[in-house]
Amino acid sequence: MSELIVIFLSMALINNIILVRYLGLCPFLGVSRELKPSFSMGMAVTFVMLVASLATWVINHYVLIRFNIEYMYIIVFILVIASLVQVIELFIKKTNFALYSAFGIYLPLITTNCAVLGVTIINMMENYTLLASLVSALGSGLGFTLVMAVMAGIREKLDLADAPKSMRGAPVALITATLLGLAFFGFSGIV
Amino acid sequence: MSDSRKEFVKGLITTNPVFVLLLGLCPALAVSTSIDNALGMTLATFIVLLGANIIIAAIRGFVPSITRIPIFIVIIATLVTVVNLLFNAFLPDLHRTLGIYLPLVVVNCMILGRAEAFASKNPMIRSIADALGMTVGFMIALVMISFVRQLLGTGEMSVFGFSIFTLPVLSEHPLAMFILPPGGFLVLGLLLALLRWRGVLKI
Repeated sequence: MSELIVIFLSMALINNIILVRYLGLCPFLGVSRELKPSFSMGMAVTFVMLVASLATWVINHYVLIRFNIEYMYIIVFILVIASLVQVIELFIKKTNFALYSAFGIYLPLITTNCAVLGVTIINMMENYTLLASLVSALGSGLGFTLVMAVMAGIREKLDLADAPKSMRGAPVALITATLLGLAFFGFSGIV
Repeated sequence: MSDSRKEFVKGLITTNPVFVLLLGLCPALAVSTSIDNALGMTLATFIVLLGANIIIAAIRGFVPSITRIPIFIVIIATLVTVVNLLFNAFLPDLHRTLGIYLPLVVVNCMILGRAEAFASKNPMIRSIADALGMTVGFMIALVMISFVRQLLGTGEMSVFGFSIFTLPVLSEHPLAMFILPPGGFLVLGLLLALLRWRGVLKI
């Protein structure tokens, strides 16, 4: 049990997927301008990460390892994630339209989000059990949501600030990310 | 020929993938702790981008537009698998340092972006020129970032094991923050601001 808590905290805070592993930077810089869409995006990513970790774990253990074709994992994982995103999108559209409109256009964008593929590859390389993979996906997803939401809150204020012209937009967002990353170093003592 | 040269030159500054398009940031920041790693990542990206642009330009006539994205992704994933195995066999040290970022070249938005925006619409020679220009632009960005990070973070400049020069005070008290993840954000943010301020990049 304590091992699972360590995995969760490590993925969510200490090795935060955005600030430490640099994954999912496109949505981090592109979407995190307002709080609400950032939160929806974070939830969508968390959901896809959980389903993708489940699917890739099963496929890795019962297909790739069994037939000795582990080297195919890049092609298989990316195809699994791409088709999963399509299926999830169709399913949510049919069953829960409110959720579908909350996720909006972010669901299809997740296919090329390196954070999702990154988590499944980390799970595979660390040889996590199924439960540990799911916990690591949940931790990564919530860590992603947390940083997206914090960043959006800061950027809503930052847009009003009178920054030098050459600093506006991406540079100031990157420097904000630096400060957030330094703050997140404080978590490295908790495990 | 001048046409191809134009496609090559535009990747260097005006549509530099990292500085202007802000694509491929994940590998650009993750591996830019030393110049060696930056060049290794450039090599991997180069092989995949060149291969993808050639194949996609060659098949662009008969790929149905509705299924083109999955087809591009499979082509790119195949090339990344090849590069991953090649690096594992011939450059095992580099393979270990690049870690998960080598398989993650497959989701480097720069590669799918060029396939979709350029190679699927242009003949092969111009697509090759585009891939070369983008790679050189990517390399310029990565080398600039990793130069600053390696210099301030370790205090000495060495490439492929050869020490070029050492800074007097910093080599004893290196600013470790620049090697750590937040340093990547800081250096890229300041570089972008500097290039915009000097007018190299348009805002």
